[in-house]
Amino acid sequence: MSEEKTPLLQMQGIKKDFFGNQVLTDINLTLHEGEVIGLVGENGAGKSTLMRILFGANMIRETGGYEGEILLNGKKVQFHSPFDAIAAGIGMVHQEFSLIPGFTTTENILLNREPSRKSLVSDIFSDRMNTLDRKKMEERADAAIRLMGVDLDRKMLISDMPVGHKQFTEIARELSKDHLKLLILDEPTAVLTEKEAEALLSAIRGMAQRGIAVIFITHRLHEILSVCDRVCVMRDGKLVQDVPAKETDIPQITRWMVGREIEGKSEAPKEDTARNSSARTILSISHLWVDMPGETVRDVTLEVKEGEILGIGGLAGQGKLGIPNGIMGLYQAGGKVVFNGEEIPLNSPRKCLDSSFAFVSEDRRGVGLLLDESLEWNIAFPAMQIQNKFLKHYLGGLIKWRDDAAIREVTQKYIDELAIKCTDSRQKARELSGGNQQKVCLAKAFALEPSLLFVSEPTRGIDVVAKSLVLDALKRFNRENHVTIVMVSSELEELRQCCDRIAIVSGGRITGIFSTSESAEKFGALMLSNVI
Amino acid sequence: MKTNEKSGFAKFVDSFGLPRLIITAFLLLLLIACPFVGADLPTQISNIISRFSWNGVLVLAMVPMVHSGCGLNFGLPLGIISGLLGATLSIELGFTGGFSFVMAILISTPFALVFGGGYGWLLNRIKGGEMMIATYVGFSSVSLMCMMWLVLPYKSPNMVWGLAGKGLRTTISLEGYFNQVLARFLAIKIGNFTFPTGTILFFALLAFLMWAFLHTKTGTAMTAVGSNPVFARAAGINVDRIRLLSVIMSTWLAAIGILVYEQGFGFVQLYMAPFYMALPAVSAILIGGASVNKATITNVIIGTILFQGIVTMTPTVMNNMIHMDMSEVIRIIVSNGMILYALTRKTEAAA
Repeated sequence: MSEEKTPLLQMQGIKKDFFGNQVLTDINLTLHEGEVIGLVGENGAGKSTLMRILFGANMIRETGGYEGEILLNGKKVQFHSPFDAIAAGIGMVHQEFSLIPGFTTTENILLNREPSRKSLVSDIFSDRMNTLDRKKMEERADAAIRLMGVDLDRKMLISDMPVGHKQFTEIARELSKDHLKLLILDEPTAVLTEKEAEALLSAIRGMAQRGIAVIFITHRLHEILSVCDRVCVMRDGKLVQDVPAKETDIPQITRWMVGREIEGKSEAPKEDTARNSSARTILSISHLWVDMPGETVRDVTLEVKEGEILGIGGLAGQGKLGIPNGIMGLYQAGGKVVFNGEEIPLNSPRKCLDSSFAFVSEDRRGVGLLLDESLEWNIAFPAMQIQNKFLKHYLGGLIKWRDDAAIREVTQKYIDELAIKCTDSRQKARELSGGNQQKVCLAKAFALEPSLLFVSEPTRGIDVVAKSLVLDALKRFNRENHVTIVMVSSELEELRQCCDRIAIVSGGRITGIFSTSESAEKFGALMLSNVI
Repeated sequence: MKTNEKSGFAKFVDSFGLPRLIITAFLLLLLIACPFVGADLPTQISNIISRFSWNGVLVLAMVPMVHSGCGLNFGLPLGIISGLLGATLSIELGFTGGFSFVMAILISTPFALVFGGGYGWLLNRIKGGEMMIATYVGFSSVSLMCMMWLVLPYKSPNMVWGLAGKGLRTTISLEGYFNQVLARFLAIKIGNFTFPTGTILFFALLAFLMWAFLHTKTGTAMTAVGSNPVFARAAGINVDRIRLLSVIMSTWLAAIGILVYEQGFGFVQLYMAPFYMALPAVSAILIGGASVNKATITNVIIGTILFQGIVTMTPTVMNNMIHMDMSEVIRIIVSNGMILYALTRKTEAAA
C-alpha cells in the first residue's frame, strides 16, 4: 500500500459508552484504498458497535453519540444517518438481511436508485412520477452481479432464494453504487456454504483490486488469512492487535481474541482445583437437543459433578445458551437428563424447579425480571410459588396469604448480602442499573436454595466492578452452600476465573472439556472447530 | 397513594395523575354549579352514588383480566349474558322477592363458568390480540343471544311478548322480583338524599374479596403473569391456567355485576343492551388510572365515581342551563367522549 498517500479512512480515538458502560475505548484504525482488513474478536468485543459508528447508525446517536474523530480522505466527517454514510461512499452489508422478499434480485439491487425515464406525467408533477427503465436496470444489476463473479438469477424473487444468494444480492446492491469506496461486510460468510464463501472471498479480492477498501468481519479465521491484508483484533472494546495478515497465523489470532493474561497469570491456581475430582456425578445429560432459535443444541452429552462450577463456553450462536434454556424447559428440547439418579422430564419448567434446579437467564429483562414490580416480588416470587415460602396459611391451608413482612425481610437480606444498590426493597426492578438487576436475578435464584444452579451469561452488559461482585457472589454461593453451578458465558476469561472445568460448545455439540489451566489457544481452537 | 403528603402538591399530582385531577375538578365544578342552575344537589349526589353502586361490580370485573395480562375485558357482554340468563331463569322458575336475586346469582354462575372457560380457552390461543378478539366475542355473543331470547322456551307471562305468548320482551320489569333488593337494605334516607347501603356493602364485599385474592399465592401469580409471562413461566407457573382462571373470574363478576345493575335499575334489558355495557366499564377503570396491565381496587372506585359522576351530572347541569330537554343527546355525547378519552389513555401507567 502506498504509505505516503492520505489514507481513505482514519478513525482516531473512538470511544463509546452505553449508559456508563464502556464498550469502546480509544480505537485507532487506518484504512487505505484497496486494502482489505479483517476485523475479528469475540462477541461483545465491540466490532459491531465500531462499524455502526462508522456507518452513522441512528442507534449510536440515540445513545449519546461517540467520542473521537472519523476522517475520510483526510477530511473530518460526522455522519448523522446511514444516508450520509452512503452518500460518502460507504456501503454496509448487515448480518441481518435488509431485502424486500417480494421483489426480484434486480429490483432489490437498485432499490430507490433505479434508472428512470421521463414521461409527460413526471414533467407535470415531479420526478417521483418517472417510469422505471427496466432494461437499464437489468444491465446495471447484471454488471454488479458480474463483479462478484457468481451467478444470480436477476428475475428471481428474494423470497424464493437460498440464503447464500440473498447475501450476494445484498453485496451486489452495495457494489452497484458507483462511488462506493469502502464496503463493510459484517459476517457475510456465516450463512454461506464453503463454495459460496469461496466465491465471496474472490469477489472481495476483485473489489480490492478496483480500489475499494473492505472491512471484513468474520469468525472464520482462515478466511481472514486468505483474503485480508491486515488483521485487527478487538477485545473488550479495545483494538489489541493490528498486524499484516502474512505475519500471523490462526493460533496466534485466537490467542489475541480470547486470552488477556496468556503470559503467566492465567495459570493462577484456583485454591483447590482438585477438590472435585473424586466427586460423584450429580447431573448427567445425554443426547440433548434444544430448538432454541439462534442457539440450536444438536447433541450434547455432559456430566456435572457434585459441588463443582462447570463452565460452558463457546461463540455466540453455537448453542451454549440452548443447554440451560432447554433443560429448564423454556425451549422445546429432547434427550435425557438425569439428576441425582432421577430422570427429569424435559419441557416442563415446573418439574425442574421442583427438583431444586434454579436458572438465572441470560435474558435479564425478558425472562429474569418483573420489571414493573418491586424487588421484593422479584426476589421472593419463585420461592413463594414453588416452595410455598413466604406464605401464611389460613383456614387449614385453604387460603395461602402472601406474607409481605417475610418477603421484605428476605429481600433486605439479599440487598445487604449482594450490595444491591436501590432506594429500598420496594423500588421497581426497572429502575435499577444492569449490574444491580443481575444481582436481583441471582438473589431470586439464591432464595430458591437450589441444589443445582444454572447461570447464563451472568455478566453480560454489566460493568467491570459489578462483574466481579456477581462472580464473587456465585463463587461464595458455591463454596458456602455447596451448590453445584453450571455457568454459561461467552467470556472465556470469566469462566477461567470461576470454574473448575470448562466445556466448549461448537456447532451445537460439546467439542471438549478442559480444566481451567489449559491454554487459551486450545480453547480457541475448540470454539472454532465445529462452527456452523 | 397516600404516602406522599410530605413531598407536597407536585408529588400528589404525580401519584394521583393529572388527568384524574382535572376530571375531579370538573366534577366538583359541576356539583358547585348545581344550585345555581336550579338542580337539587342532594338528589344529584344520591344519583351519582346509586349509579356508582350499580356499575361498581361491572368495573371490578375488569381487574382479574388486567392482572393476568389479558388486557381490558371487552368481552364483558359474555358475562353479562350469563347474568341475564340467571335473571330470566330465576323469574321463569317462579322465584320472587329477594330470593329471586340469590337464585339469579346461583343460576348464572354455571353459565359464567362455562362461557368464561370457553372464552378463556380462546384467549389463550391468540395471545397478544386479546382485546381485539374479546371485542368480537362480545359482539357475536350478543348477536347470538338476540336470536336465543326469541327462541328459548320461556313461558312466564311477565317476560314474554303479550300477543305471541313466546319470546322475551326487550325490557322486563323487576317489580315483585329483585327490584332494589340490595339498595333498600339498610338504606339511609335524608330528605332528597338516599344512600343505597346494601348495594354499596355488596360491592365492598366483592371488592374486598378481590383485594384478598390478589394477596394470595394464586393472586400473586396472576399479577406476575400479567407483568411478565415469560418470567412466570420460568418460575414454574402454568401461564395458560392462570389466564383461564382470570377470564372465568372476570366473566363471573360481569354476571354478578349485571344483576346488581338490574336490581338498582329495576329492569332486565335484553337483546342489544349488553352490547353497550362493556365500553363504559372499560372507560371507568382507565379513567381511574389503570393501565392495560395494572389495575387496583382504588382505580375501580375512583374511576367509577368519576365516570358515572360526569355522565350523570353534565346532562343535568346543561339541561337546566339551557332549559331544554337534551339530556339524552348530551349523555350520549359525554359518555362516548369519556370513552374516547379513556381509550386514548390506554397505555398510561398506573397511578
